[in-house]
Parts: sequence; C-alpha cells; structure tokens
Amino acid sequence: MTDAINEPIIEFSNVTKRFGILTVLDQFNFSVAKGEKVTLIGPSGSGKSTVLRILMTLEPFQEGSLRLANISYHEERGKGPFQASERHLREIRKHVGMVFQSFNLFPHMTVLRNVVEAPVRVLGMGRADAEARAIELLDMVGLADKKDHYPVQLSGGQQQRVAIARALAMRPRVLLFDEPTSALDPQLVGEVLSVIRSLAHEHDLTMLLVTHEMRFAREVSDRVCFFDKGRICEQGSPEEIFGAPREERTREFLSSVLA
Amino acid sequence: MDWTAYLPMLWKGAVVTMTITLAAIAVGAALAFFFGILRVEGGAILSTIALCYTEVFRGTSLFVQLFWFYYALPLVGISFDPITTGILVLAAHVGGYGAEIVRGALSSVSPQQLEAARALNFSRYQTLFRISLPQAVVEMMPAFGNLAIETLKLSSLVSLISIADLTFSAQSIRNLTLDSTSIYSVTLVCYFTMSLVLMMAMKVVERFVRRGDVMPRPGQS
Repeated sequence: MTDAINEPIIEFSNVTKRFGILTVLDQFNFSVAKGEKVTLIGPSGSGKSTVLRILMTLEPFQEGSLRLANISYHEERGKGPFQASERHLREIRKHVGMVFQSFNLFPHMTVLRNVVEAPVRVLGMGRADAEARAIELLDMVGLADKKDHYPVQLSGGQQQRVAIARALAMRPRVLLFDEPTSALDPQLVGEVLSVIRSLAHEHDLTMLLVTHEMRFAREVSDRVCFFDKGRICEQGSPEEIFGAPREERTREFLSSVLA
Repeated sequence: MDWTAYLPMLWKGAVVTMTITLAAIAVGAALAFFFGILRVEGGAILSTIALCYTEVFRGTSLFVQLFWFYYALPLVGISFDPITTGILVLAAHVGGYGAEIVRGALSSVSPQQLEAARALNFSRYQTLFRISLPQAVVEMMPAFGNLAIETLKLSSLVSLISIADLTFSAQSIRNLTLDSTSIYSVTLVCYFTMSLVLMMAMKVVERFVRRGDVMPRPGQS
C-alpha cells in the first residue's frame, strides 16, 4: 500500500517534541499513506507512543508541522503556530480514533452506552441508528451478548475489544493503537489481536500500531518503523525489518525482544 | 411536669430545624457544584473568584457570619427575614465546604478518562457532564453525607438570631421549667433521630448515583 500515487494522510515534517529538557522527538519526519498499516516498534522511551499521542491531539509539539487528512495541526490564523484552538483540534479529532493500553472504558456506562455515547452526542446520530451500528460493531468484536454489562464485569481482553468497537463507532479514517495488548494477561492477547487483524483488511482504514508483539507486527503491517532516540532509525517492509535488518541498533533490539 | 408535655413545642422547633437544614443543603449543594466546577474548569479569573468564595466562607466563623448577615447587611439596605438569613448563611457554608469536595472529586477523575473522552471528540462541556461528573459524584457522596449531618448540627446556631428552631424551643422551655436534664436529653435524641434519617436519605442518594453498584472507583478501568 506504499505506492506513491496515494497522497499521505499523515505527514510529520521536522516535528520536535520536548518534555522539559528531554527531547522525545527530534526533527521527526514521517508520512503515512491512506489505508496503510504501519507498526511502530522500538525500545521504550524512543518516542513511538508520543507520535500517536501527538496525532490524537493529546500532546502539543514545539517545532515543525503536522497534517492529518490535509488539516494542519497549526491554525492558520491562530495566535501562534502551536496554539490551535479547541475548535480546530476537534476538527482534527473527527478523523482520528485511538485505542489505549489501559482500555479507558467509561466505568459508569454499560458496554452499549460506551459505544453509543459519542456517536449520539458528538456526531448527532439518532439513538436507534447508533445502537444498531453499535450492536453490529460489538458483534464484530464478539461481544454483542455483553452489551448490558458494565466494564468492570469484563475481562481485560473483552474491555479492549469494546474499546476498539467504541473507537470504530466514530468512523475514524485513522485509527491509532497504543500498545493495545501490553496490559493484558498473556492468554487474553490473542482475542484482541484477532480483532485488530480483521481490521487490517479494511482498505480505507489507516492504522498506526505501537506494539511489542513482533510476530503480529510482521503479519499485519505494510510497513514497520524501528524507533530509536526520537527518530526512525530504520523502516521497511516486515520482511526487510525482521528478515534482514540493516542497522546495528535494529538487530540488537530485535534480538533482545525475540530472544 | 411530665417531659412528654414538651414534645409538641419541641416538634415545632424540630420542623423548623429540618426545614432550614434541608433548604440549606439544597441551596448549598447547588452552590457547591457551581463553585466547585468553576474551580476546575473556570479558567484563571473565574476559578480565583470561586477560590475566594470558598476560602471566605470556610475561613470565617459561621457564628459571626450569621450575625453579620443579620445585623450588618440591613445597614446597606439588604435585609431578609431571620429564616431566610439562616438558610442563606448555612447554604453558603455548605457551598464553601462542598465546593472543595466537588473540586477534589473532579480532579481525582483519572486523566486517562479525559484522554479517552478527547479521543472520542467530546466537547469540554460534554466531557464534564457526561464523563467526569458522573464518576466524581460517586466519590463525593461520603463527604457530602458528613457535610449534611454537620449542617444539621450547625443549624442550632440560628437560634441566636431568634429563629424558633429545636435548640431555641428547648431553651425556651428550659427557661420556663428549669428542667434542664430531661429537656436537653429529649433534644439530643431529637437531633440524633434527625441525623439518622438524614444519613439514611444520603445512603439512598448514594445508591442512586451508583446505579447497579458494579462501578469501580474512578481511575480503574
């Protein structure tokens, strides 16, 4: 899916992100084509999750520019380049969704309401339509029978599958997965991965996945990016990265996680 | 004189006490939510105003506030009848302490919940009313229960601005009969009974906000 005809849906150019004196992303350049499935791997603290959090507008950045679906993260006539208004950020968020490591379902809502609430309140969908669509999505993740349960009554894997349905209910063009299986018991990882795998066949959906599941990354991604110290150290097809990594750092990292 | 003879008059006083307490809790809860939400969401100016309100009412004596509102305000042309004054001062007290409870509970909602709300593109207003507050209210309930009972007990201060509440009635009867022991014993029992009822009412409210009672504490998921 990396053909040049497809114009990028995500475009980082020279983005620098600092937390205090710590530079997390350093003159970062990265673009993703529409429909592409990209996995970000690398040691912790290398900036992978920060890329997702910036895209989701959960973190600001200090330098450079970023566009998503042709919308700049800087407002044209904003006060300064890095101070987009909440209104502008909400325009961006229309196109992105995120699945978090710790699921973050709303504990005071049933499963169904977790999925329905945003389409009804934010998109203004009718409740009946939203519920019908929610049930379809819950069915897709295999949890339609749990629709009246509260999150606390579900296992971690089930909660994460609801979280995926909840994110999809907003019909995002870009879906971000931030270590979606890292908080799960090993025996629950598979059920979540199989849901993500089924999404990987959706041609229109652009997916960015931060994960430590290397075998899974190899299987679902069009492209794998190895992060080190706030930059992409090496990227390529799964075969290239896992089969014949060129960089020493990539080899070291892969041997440490695959050992 | 048999102590049961005091009951009709004490009952009248108890009704006044209950009315003032419940009205103060109702108005005070509204103030508490209003100023508590301003503290968290109000931006620099509004949250400072809310902070001033809470600190003034928490930091000065309720007793003096009562006299000040009763005697000083009329000098600038604002005057209320004693009952209204009593309710407003107690409500301001509930609002001051309650705003801190609301602020504390709102800021204890986990940041991850707010990030999830942002990722689903909820507006700030929707996030507050649909995500944060419903979770925070559960956390507030025990503290609000204490505050409600505290308010009931503090309401006895209104007897000082000549409101015929339970304490005032007890004192009047005692001045007539000099039978301190039985009157104050009955009065204690009256206050205790009322606070029991109040506690049970708070439990009912708590159960209502916890609907289903399967929710974890905010912050867990």
